[in-house]
This record gives sequence, C-alpha cells and structure tokens, in this order.
Amino acid sequence: MSTVVDDHNHEAHHDHKPSGITRWLFTTNHKDIGSMYLWFSLIMFFVGGAMAMVIRAELFQPGLQLVEPQFFNQMTTVHGLVMIFGAVMPAFTGLANWMVPMMIGAPDMALPRMNNWSFWILPFAFVILLSSLFMEGGGPDFGWTFYAPLSTTYSNDSTALFVFAVHIMGISSIMGAINVIVTIINMRAPGMTYMKMPLFVWTWLITAFLLIAVMPVLAGAVTMVLTDKYFGTSFFDAAGGGDPVMFQHIFWFFGHPEVYIMILPSFGIISAIIPTFSRKKLFGYSSMVYATGSIAILSFLVWAHHMFTTGMPVFAELFFMYFTMLIAVPTGVKVFNWVATMWRGAITFEVPMLFALAFVILFTIGGFSGVMLAMTPVDFQYHDTYFVVAHFHYVLVTGAIFSIMAASYYWLPKWTGHMYDTTLARLHFWTSLISVNLLFFPMHFAGLAGMPRRIPDYAVQFADINQITSIGGFAFGLSQLLFLWVVIKCARGGEKAAAKPWEGAEGLEWTVPSPAPYHTFETPPKVE
Amino acid sequence: MKMKPLWALPLLYSASALSQERSLNLTQGVTEISRDVYDLHMTIFYICCVIGVVVFGLMFYSMIRHRKSSGREPAKFHENVKVEILWTLIPFLILVGMAIPATITLIDMEDTSDADVTIQVTGSQWKWHYKYFDREVSFFSRLATQQEQISNKFDKSENYLREVDNPLVLPTGQKVRFLVTSDDVIHSWWVPAFAVKKDANPGFINEAWTRIDEPGIYRGQCAELCGKDHGFMPIVVIAKTPEDYAKWIDETEAEQIAERERQQELLDMEMSMDELMAMGEKIYNSTCAACHQPNGQGIPGTFPALAGSAVATESDKLDQHIDVVVNGVQGTAMQAFAQQLTMQELAAVVTYERNAWGNDTGEMVQAADINAAMNE
Repeated sequence: MSTVVDDHNHEAHHDHKPSGITRWLFTTNHKDIGSMYLWFSLIMFFVGGAMAMVIRAELFQPGLQLVEPQFFNQMTTVHGLVMIFGAVMPAFTGLANWMVPMMIGAPDMALPRMNNWSFWILPFAFVILLSSLFMEGGGPDFGWTFYAPLSTTYSNDSTALFVFAVHIMGISSIMGAINVIVTIINMRAPGMTYMKMPLFVWTWLITAFLLIAVMPVLAGAVTMVLTDKYFGTSFFDAAGGGDPVMFQHIFWFFGHPEVYIMILPSFGIISAIIPTFSRKKLFGYSSMVYATGSIAILSFLVWAHHMFTTGMPVFAELFFMYFTMLIAVPTGVKVFNWVATMWRGAITFEVPMLFALAFVILFTIGGFSGVMLAMTPVDFQYHDTYFVVAHFHYVLVTGAIFSIMAASYYWLPKWTGHMYDTTLARLHFWTSLISVNLLFFPMHFAGLAGMPRRIPDYAVQFADINQITSIGGFAFGLSQLLFLWVVIKCARGGEKAAAKPWEGAEGLEWTVPSPAPYHTFETPPKVE
Repeated sequence: MKMKPLWALPLLYSASALSQERSLNLTQGVTEISRDVYDLHMTIFYICCVIGVVVFGLMFYSMIRHRKSSGREPAKFHENVKVEILWTLIPFLILVGMAIPATITLIDMEDTSDADVTIQVTGSQWKWHYKYFDREVSFFSRLATQQEQISNKFDKSENYLREVDNPLVLPTGQKVRFLVTSDDVIHSWWVPAFAVKKDANPGFINEAWTRIDEPGIYRGQCAELCGKDHGFMPIVVIAKTPEDYAKWIDETEAEQIAERERQQELLDMEMSMDELMAMGEKIYNSTCAACHQPNGQGIPGTFPALAGSAVATESDKLDQHIDVVVNGVQGTAMQAFAQQLTMQELAAVVTYERNAWGNDTGEMVQAADINAAMNE
C-alpha cells in the first residue's frame, strides 16, 4: 500500500527532550501525550474497577452487608463516570495521539500545545470528582445519567463539584477532538487520500465530529442542573414551568452519540487487526467507511429509546423504535465484513487477534440484546433492569475495552520496542474471557427475572445469579492485574521487536523502527 | 455462541434446583398484553439465536479451517457488490418483519380509553400512594420487610423486599387505568406480570392500563433510581374477582370514612406526654428515620440533623417546626406530611422530635395545634 522514501536512522540523534518530570509536564510530543493518556486511562480503569468490586461485594448476598445504600449509589454513579470519561474515552484519545499521526504520515498532531493542555486538565477533573466522595454527604449519588430532579433539588452538596468536573472533562474531549480533525484534514502525507486512510483514522475522524457535536450538549445539561440547584432556575422543575423529562431528552441527545463515540474507534481497531492476522485485505473497505458514517448519522435520531417509559406519544415511540432497529443494519454490515475478511484467509491467533475475535462475538451478543431492547413493547419489561446492565457491559467491556486491550497488544511492540510476554498475555486473555462472561452473561437472566438495576439489596430469588455474577466480577478484576503486569514488563524489556512484528500488517506505522523514534515523519513519506 | 453452554451450565443446574417462581426468563404474565410482549421477546430472541448460530458458525468454521498452521495461502478476494447488498437487505427485511407485530402491540398498550376503574398512583421517597377515583379510598403502600432482615439480624422471609403493608387491590377482567405521577423525584411503577412500567414524573401525569385475567398476588418494584431507598419501595397488587373486589372496596371505603370522622372527634382530646412520645417514636421510626436517622443525627451534607437543631429546640421556632412537618419545605427533599399522617400522629411526631435525643424542651403539641396550623 505504501512505501517510505525517508530514512529514519539519523533521527535518533536529534530527539531533544527535557528529562525528568518537565518532559511530561511541558511535552508537546504526540507520543508522550499518547502514553500519558493511556497510563491515565489504565489508572482510572483500576479506580473504576475498584468501585465495581465494592458494588459486586455488596451484591454478593441479599441484605446489606458492607455499605450503606447511599454509598452504594455513589459507587454506581462514580463507577460509571470514571469508566466512561476516565477509562474508555482517554484510552481512545491516547491511541489516536499515538497512532493517527503515524498512520497518516504526519510528524505530530496539528495543535501540540492544545494537545498538552487537553491531557493535563483531565487529572484535575478526576481529582475534583473523586475528592467529592470524601466530602460531608458524599459524592454524586444520582447515577451517571444524573436525572433531574434527583440531581438538582434532591442531590447532596457535592453536585457543584460534579458539574465542574464534567465541564473540564468535556473541554478536554472537545480539544482532543478538534486536534484529531485538524490533524487528519491537514496533515496527511502526499498521496494519503481520504479513501486510503486506515479505518482507525476514519472512525476517529467521525468520532471526533460526534464529540464536537454532543459534548457542548452535555455541558448545557450539567449547567442547567447547576443553575436549577443553586440559582433558582426551573429548567427541570414543573413547579416553575420546567419539565424533568426535558432533562432526559437533552441528556440522551448527548448520551446516545456518546455510546458510539465509545465504539466507533473500536471498529477501526478491529478492522486493522483482523486483516493483519488473517493475512488478507479487509473485505469491504468503502462499505466499512459508509457504515461508520451511517451509524454516526443515525446516532442522532435514536436518543429517546432510552426513555420509552417516560410517557412519550405513540408516534414518537414508533419513530425511535424504527430508527433504533435500523442501526442493526450498518452494524451487521461491519460484523459480516470482519467474518468475510477471515474467510479463506491464513489465520493465526496472536493475542491481539484473540481479543479481536472475542470482540466480534461478544460485541455481537451485545448487539443482539440491543435489537431486543429497541422493540418498545418489550423494552417496557427490560428497561432499567439488569438486562440493560448486561447489554451495555457487553458492548462497553467486551466491546470497547476488549478492543482497547487488542490495540494495546497490537501496538505495544511499536510503542516499547519489545514483544510482550506471550504466555502472560494469553493467560490474561483467557482469564478475562471466561470471567467477563461469568460476570455479565447471568445479568441477562437477573434482568429478565425482574431485578431492577441500581439497587443495593434484592429479593431472595435473585441470590444465585448475583453470586455467580460477583464471582465473575472478582475474577475479571483480578485478571486485569495480569494486564498491568504484562504492560510494565513489556515497557521494561523483552524480546526486541522488529519494525513490523506482524507478518500481515499494513500501514505507515510499521515503516518506522520499533520503538518508534521520538520524532517520526519529519519529512512526509510518499504514499502510492 | 458455541461457548455459551459452558458458562450456562451452572445456571441451568441451579435453575433446576430452584422453585418455579425463580425463573430465568421473562414472565408470561397474566394479561393479554403481557403474553403478546412475551411472544415478541421469544420471537426476537430466537431470531437472534439463529443469526448468531449462522454468523458465529461461519466464524468458527473459518477459525478452524482457514488457519495458517494448516498450510494455507490466503485468498485475495475482497469486495463483492452482490454479497454486500444481500447482507444489507436481509437484516433489513428481518427487522421490518419484527417491527410490524411490535407496532401492533405498542398501539394496543398505549390505548387507555374506556377504562372501568381508574387509580392514581403517586410515587414519593420511598413509598407508593394509591387513590381510587370515584371512591373515597386512598392509602400509602410501604415496604413491610423488617429492618432486621435487611441488616441480616433476622432470617429473610420468602417475599423479602417484595412485601408491603397495604397492597393495591384490583378487579380481574376489568380495564384498569393508572394515572402515574410523583411528589418528588422520578420513580417508575413496574409490575412485570402486567408488562406495565411507567415513569412517575413530578408535575406530570402518565397513563397506563391493564386487564388482569387471573386473581392472585403480583409483585414488582420501583424501576427508576429515586435516591437512597430506591431498592426498598416494592409494589404488591392483589387481583380479586369483580365480586370480591366490590366487597373489598365497599368495606374499605366505609372504614376510611369512619376513620376520618373519628379523627375529627379526637381533635379535642388532649394526650399525655407519655402517649405522645410513644406514638411519636413509632411514627418517627417508620416515616422520618429513613432520612433523619433513628438517632436524629441525619446524614451530614444530605439530610439535616434534628437532635440539637434550632428548629426542634427553640420555643419560638415551634410554629416553624409544625409548618415544616405539615407542609414540607419547597425545593428540598422534605415532604409535606399533612396528607400522610393523621393530626394526632403529626402532633405526636413533632412532640417526639422536640423531646428525644436530648432535645428535652418539655413542650407538647396536641392535635388541635396541628389543626390550627393547617387552617391558618
């Protein structure tokens, strides 16, 4: 697909960078910033995971054992916020920082100083959010969806901190998105036309537009919560002429595109890994691009499927049901494409491929429950039960997070210059695969049997299912320590990685040495 | 999909050991609508299974047969317009096939016209209130499970967390319309056996309906996160035959009217400090302690303490104290209890709050004082 005219050997001599902490504080280098995003996201993954462990420990048995209901609600709320805004989104931004410039043959991101800032405000946002847990009255406890008036009139004093933290996260995301868009549009190497871009670049370009479109909506929603609570407005208070359901419309107008923000880059990653290890071109490149675009457009037309029980007119319920079901079509196209790519390939099962294959199967299971949830009459039964919890954890954990793991194993040799420990990595994969299904699959049954979500205690007939779920949860949590071990071990040493460690890999990132030099593509490569 | 039986095994095993009630699937319920919903659920589930078997089957076939270790050279093909149109069109047609029955059921579910009985369902933190239209019957319905079971001091009963003091009673065979609303945050009234789940939005009224086929006891729970005790506001419905229902509603109406008259007569009666404190403690623990805590300390930053607070200890703030309890505080979680408690109970609970936990003001409040405050 491409060849590099440039010789990189001389570059190692002039990568001036400050040493110590200032290198990381003041860096404008996309690789440094990418690494910081990825480490930050891994830390947040463990912080959010620790909260999930508290939740699963309390739910291990019926009755209240470990925590008070109010603290339980804080755990579910902050677990959601940390995992979405702290783990998944920064991980994708980190991958974009590292890989997008190297994939399009650019020397760096287009706006390097803004890049530095968009990362460095993130830790402050999460310090604010997490510190609110230690305030008198505790942290946010109204669910990550912060429905009014539970989050306004009835919320505790830390709500202002929550609002401020979300604002900072939003600003960070918007700046990251602007950077990705400007980089992709302006800094592609000669010959790198749009329809030659790797799918990870394409999916991130579309994701970045989604981010710019909806993060301001989230900012609007939290600001209205702030003024309703502290400044006497009545956006969501019927007594003052407002409407609590309007909050949900505004929130989900952000919230639904947000779920695609967390899955589109995954599609890009999987579309890189499956062809590599099948040693065969992606079956339908252009149909993948169009499918991604259609999903992005449809994502703005389906938000109210989160709100079927709020009492909408029948016409609105039908509209949102039809458009939601329609999303299954482009998503199906993607899954069929991956399977067709594997078909009659020459497949090997390196760890990135194992995660990618697990992604395809388990994400599709999440897609099936998604189609079931789309049907309004049945959604009345599923809504706000563990069936929904099972659904979105299948698409977010075995979907988004498995794709991030796949990406990490795929590009770790490029980042560190070493191969990861294959035995440990395989162990990580298999323990994760088994435990994650033990964790989330039984949740479907709990939901169907009638267990509502976000409850700290439950009726005795749900006891067995919850016990299995909790065991799966602890096992999955522990398995991730293996991942940390593999990453640290790989960063510190190991078998030397070649510039292109994967036989079937294609793309500009494999034309530079491993580890990638501090500066790459100072002279643009020529893409044919 | 091929792997599914592996982790489904322990589930299936435990399922066989469970009683019939402990289902792993959606209930078929006891209404025509709930059976339609169940059929839709099973149909879409089977369709997903078939698609899953085909897609994952091809995938596993490829993973087994198209391995590099079997010495293969990869094929070169990619893009095929015919195949791509086919795998866009077939899912689309399947979805259209599913959308048609779903639409019919949905239109049925939303048709609340021509109801025989209308019930107003009001959620509040953390209990339900039911009001029968055209009858003078209304009551609160609270969790009946003992606190000791929740804190694991007693064994858990069969209907742990799914039992209430006053269940909703409905007739079978008649169309029952629910008008669902809320006094504070959003709740959601859900009874799986009826396939009815409707959000209770403060300041707005939602409609839903059901027609129950069989007499019985049906249980559900609040389905929308509504604060601290969201997990502790169950719903219990007792469906009676129309004859039994008519008997029940007549009796209950007569009882409630008699009780209101008795309360009016009791207004002039003075209660002693001991009587007020005993009744006050009981009411406080069942009604106020969820937020203000049994020791009156509240939850810092969320629910204010009453022990040692100005409003509950200073004599000149007595009127304010009564006002807060009777009318609630606008813009906070403090509800108005005027409709929830009798005047005697209100008097007792205010007295209790002014004399418990070292608040020792020695002040007594009588039903007549509450009546005076309400009529101001």
